[in-house]
Parts: sequence; structure tokens; C-alpha cells
Amino acid sequence: MSDIGFNTTATATAREDEAQFGDFFALLKPRVMSLVVFTAFVGLLAAPVPVHPFVGFCAILFIAIGGGASGALNMWWDADIDRVMKRTRKRPIPAGKVSGQDALALGLALSGLSVIMLTLATNLMAGAMLAFTIFFYVVIYSMWLKRTTPQNIVIGGAAGAFPPVIGWLAATGSMAVEPWLMFALIFMWTPPHFWALCLFMRNDYDNAQVPMLTVTHGRRATRVHILVYTVLLAVLAVAAAFTGIGGPIYLTVSVVLNALFLRGAVRIWRRDEEMAEADNFLVERKFFKLSLLYLFLHFGAILAEAVLRPWGLGGWG
Amino acid sequence: MSIKTTHELHQRRFGRNLGVALVLVGFIAVVFGLTVAKVTSGDFEMPRAEEIN
Repeated sequence: MSDIGFNTTATATAREDEAQFGDFFALLKPRVMSLVVFTAFVGLLAAPVPVHPFVGFCAILFIAIGGGASGALNMWWDADIDRVMKRTRKRPIPAGKVSGQDALALGLALSGLSVIMLTLATNLMAGAMLAFTIFFYVVIYSMWLKRTTPQNIVIGGAAGAFPPVIGWLAATGSMAVEPWLMFALIFMWTPPHFWALCLFMRNDYDNAQVPMLTVTHGRRATRVHILVYTVLLAVLAVAAAFTGIGGPIYLTVSVVLNALFLRGAVRIWRRDEEMAEADNFLVERKFFKLSLLYLFLHFGAILAEAVLRPWGLGGWG
Repeated sequence: MSIKTTHELHQRRFGRNLGVALVLVGFIAVVFGLTVAKVTSGDFEMPRAEEIN
């Protein structure tokens, strides 16, 4: 019996729900992928070894596909949580567009493809680091930490911090301090970024029984944590200006952004739930938006320093 | 039930099939481009005659 039906209600529903190409693409978390692409690109260009432009393009492409594959595997594993949370309810699996098994198959296939292709295009170190990143995000973060500890986002944030390291490895094939500074920047940025989201998404994580800090330690503790992590991040981000990835441009950008970010964190810390609900979490929402700009501009500044270096303009000379 | 070339199924899945086709063509282009880039940049230099002998 073929799967071709006649003009029944069931067929009409199936037609509407049938997965389109875009639904499979959505499994790869394109918005997260854009962060992966940009930070890996900066890691690649900040490296002191020139890369053939097409090899560099392929490296970024396969890192992006690897990141997307881990997103698909995360959606497969977390489908039950996604069904409950407002923010994720429309993802392809909970929406009934793509089956969990299809997502698993796509995630595994793209994981293998991206690691092999990155290894062939660049080197074994870069391929191994991409494989480890996928493993870290899917197994360590999604399968283990996310549902067991309120530190999930702190440790799990490392998964999103690896791309500049992979980019650097793709160019050089060896380790150095600089890519780990970029790693540290994303690693320290992730908790305040996500906790701000948790504050204004309110009941989402409660309903899904994910032990986010807001659920286990309360919203007051989360506000304190955001402030503490933002102070630590500010120290790290400004100090990085005086290392191999920094320079005058980076220092200027970093000082301004960290002043704004700290101001936002202090305002979040000063507020209580009553005040936040009165303006529908305006300060928390603004802080979240600023956090996106914060990371983009910091990496943009690192990129500018790297690109201008051959002309003697980047870095501290 | 036989599937005619103009069956509704083909229209329904056209977008998906086109997407997969474009991805596959793109992948071929990437592998070809990578090969050209590697060969022209000397990554796969042929061994010299004296090294073989």
C-alpha cells in the first residue's frame, strides 16, 4: 500500500503537516548557527597562519554544519521539554512536522559528515575538536547536565564557546592561548545571557521541570548571579584587550560595552519581581538584547584588530 | 495505485526534493572546489621521481 491517500480529512491534515525543506533546516537552529559561524570565522582570521580563502570557507561551512547537527540532536533529545515550553513549542518536532527519528538520523549523518569533511579540508586537530564539541553539547549538556543541575548553563555554555577554538585550529593545527581567551569570553557571557532570558520567560522552565537557576534557587538568587557573572566577564573582557587578540579598537569597544552591560546587570540586581512585572521585564529584555550586541561587537573588534594587523594598525604594534 | 508523473505527491514534495537536490549539487561543488584549492596550493604535491626510486 502506498502512502498516497485519497481526498480525506486525514490526507489534508497530513499535507499541511508534511515536513518541508525549511523544517529540516530549522532543526539545525539557524540562529545559533549564525553565532557559531561568526565566532569560528573570527577564530580563523585571528590566527597568525594565512588560510586559502576557499579552504577557510569550507572550514566555516563544516563547523556550521557540525553546530547545526548538534542542534538537531538536541531537539531530538529535548522534544519532551520543547513540547511544554512556549518558546520552543513551534520547533519542528513538537509541532509534528518532523519525527524524532528523522531528527536523530539527520543529526547523526551531519555530525559524521561535518567532522570528516573538516578533517579532510583542514586537519585532524580541528576535526577532533568539532567532534568533541558535538559530543559535549549533546551528551554532556543536553543528556546529562540540563536536567540535573542548575549549573547546566554555566558548564554547558562551553559547547557554544568552542567554535573560535575550532576556527583557530583549522588555520594553525596547533593550540595557543589566544583562542582560549575567545573561548573564555563566550563561556563567561553565556550565563548572564541565558539567566536574563529565564527571568522574562518566567514559567517556561518551571513547567518543563528543567532545573534552571530561577527554578531551583529563586529569582532573587538569579539576579545576584547575573551581577556576579557580569562583573567577572567585564574583568576578563577588558583584560583581553592587552593580550594577542586585543588592541586599541578592542579596548575602546570593550570598555564602552562592559560599562553598559554592568549598568544593566546592576539594574537587574536592584529590581524585585513586583517592579519587573510592572513594566513586563523591560530591563531584563533590554539586557538580553544588549548581550547579543555585546558578543557580536567584541568579536567584531577582535576581527578588526586581526584584519588591520598586516597594515600595522591592529594590536598594540 | 500507480504514481503518475503529475501526481499531487510530486507537487507536495517538490520544495523538499528541490532543496535536497540543491544541497547535493552544492556539496559536489564544495568537494570539487576544495580539491582544486588543495592541489593548486601544493598540499598534495606529487612525490619526485628520486623519492619513488
